[in-house]
Amino acid sequence: MSAAWHHLPILQVILPLFGAIVAAFLRRPGTAFALTLAISWLMPAIAGALLWQVLAGGPVSYHLGGWEPPWGIEYRVDLLNAFVLLLVSGLAAVMMPAARRSIDLEIETERQPRFYCMFLLCLTGLLGIAVTGDAFNAFVFLEISSLSTYVLIALGPDRRALLASYRYLIVGTIGATFYVIGVGLLYLVTGTLNMADLASRIGPAWETQSRAILAALGFITVGIGLKLALFPLHAWLPNAYTYAPSWVTAFLSASATKVAIYLLVRFYFSVFGAAVDLDLLPVASFITVLSVAAMVLASISAVFELNLKRMLAYSSVAQIGYITLGIGLQNQAGVTGGLVHIVNHGMMKAALFLAAAAVFLRVRTVRIPELAGIGRKMPWTMAAFSVAGLGLIGTPGTSGFVSKWYLVLGAIERGWWPLAFLIVASSLIALVYVGRFLEVAWMREPAQGLAEAADPPGSVLVPLLALAAATVYFGLDTGLTAGIAGQAAQSLLGGTR
Amino acid sequence: MDALLSVAGHYNYVVTVFLMVAGLYIVTARGNLIKKLVGLAIFQTSVYLLYIEPGKILGGTAPVLDPQFTTYSNPLPHVLILTAIVVGVATMALGLALVVRINEAFGSIEEEEIIEKDRAP
Repeated sequence: MSAAWHHLPILQVILPLFGAIVAAFLRRPGTAFALTLAISWLMPAIAGALLWQVLAGGPVSYHLGGWEPPWGIEYRVDLLNAFVLLLVSGLAAVMMPAARRSIDLEIETERQPRFYCMFLLCLTGLLGIAVTGDAFNAFVFLEISSLSTYVLIALGPDRRALLASYRYLIVGTIGATFYVIGVGLLYLVTGTLNMADLASRIGPAWETQSRAILAALGFITVGIGLKLALFPLHAWLPNAYTYAPSWVTAFLSASATKVAIYLLVRFYFSVFGAAVDLDLLPVASFITVLSVAAMVLASISAVFELNLKRMLAYSSVAQIGYITLGIGLQNQAGVTGGLVHIVNHGMMKAALFLAAAAVFLRVRTVRIPELAGIGRKMPWTMAAFSVAGLGLIGTPGTSGFVSKWYLVLGAIERGWWPLAFLIVASSLIALVYVGRFLEVAWMREPAQGLAEAADPPGSVLVPLLALAAATVYFGLDTGLTAGIAGQAAQSLLGGTR
Repeated sequence: MDALLSVAGHYNYVVTVFLMVAGLYIVTARGNLIKKLVGLAIFQTSVYLLYIEPGKILGGTAPVLDPQFTTYSNPLPHVLILTAIVVGVATMALGLALVVRINEAFGSIEEEEIIEKDRAP
């Protein structure tokens, strides 16, 4: 038992990887689902134990194959990693029971075991990015998660899913290649790939090689920016989220972009920030401007959208803007707000897309005009949607309010009053697009096509209600989310020069 | 003159950057889904050069310790790029498979025709 205790970081990657291999050979969807469910329920327990280890004894360093870093690959888990690991594996575990019914409807039976195989590979990649302390290893995991994501999206029932997947593949590969170019330039300058080692060697090299280091920063920022759908690099996201199988959209919105944001934060603060004065790097102003553009413009796009999933996808681009805004603010309150919004937005969007999946399960459409009066037919589903939607707006008492509170504090602390105003203004646009759908769902007489609609079975409804309840719970008790995010932000900013 | 010499001295980087930009240009400028993938492959391959070139030292041998040799090439970039090649092959296989499925579903691999067919039904 104590042996396993020391091997927790690698278990995060090994378990879903082996699960994926086994799932690839299974023929019956039921068996593959049971295996996936077991693994996805085990992962948060491991992530929780890791978080406990980190809280008790500081960062955990795991040497792969016993090779000392920086020669061997190091898995390094500090508060921020453990936090992201727990978020991704926790949300996957909560959502997994809902997968069976939703996937049964949207994917042919003989393809379903492969679906679970791809999901487990995607989970491997995402958890791998979050756990590794090696820049090149992060690239490999980035591609493991991306390649499986392309397949998951292409499994969507509409033929346009294929095109969305192809476009994401092109853009995603360009992003990953940009990231490798950036890492390559850093390797040329420093001769190392270990993130902690990079941080200590970039500083001395800055005097003579600042141009190469800045180029590396640029390539890495754009590369990861493509993966996390930073405005205006978000063009792949709306189609991919709209045409992917409904459950896949819910999972991706809660995890894939969040992990990419984590990687950006890690590079920005722990690698570049730890080596060079952040004010010398031209990233903050750049990211702040793009974040504000995302918050406002993507929200406006969402207002005019008639497809519920696409509306939520544009909303995701806008919400990612809030997270990156926190990074751009570079102060304690701002970074805390950004990090806590990773969790809060993950929960809210998972609930919203899961509600959309439940709607599709019952009425086979997610076009808003055809969903008039859906609230009267599916009251619990729409109640959960409404609560999560209020969170998206940032209503006090929901977790969305907590994130925006910290972001506004961060903006005021910097003296950027117009920014604080824009955060509130973009929330009002969110009120418009969420309110518009809620009006259609609750206030109108049920449409013809909805006569037989009813709340989904418990396996879908319980995860949905749990996520909506979490949105309220973490809006009232911020100890676990904002508390840990605050500590993580403190150690991130404390490590910078 | 100095600038020209410096460029000539770093001709390996010139080749790398040329391939990089050419690949990226093909991806954006071509409407044929296969040609886009070809461009993507060129773009990815240029990065292999970026890693491997600086690892080679003129006159250096494989890093097997032997009293006869004192100069060794760096083996790590080769290992890294071996991994990157595997990733590139997987990406290409998946991309081509997607194009096959797109051709089955839409009856075309030209981006403009596909968009037109998408509007029609």
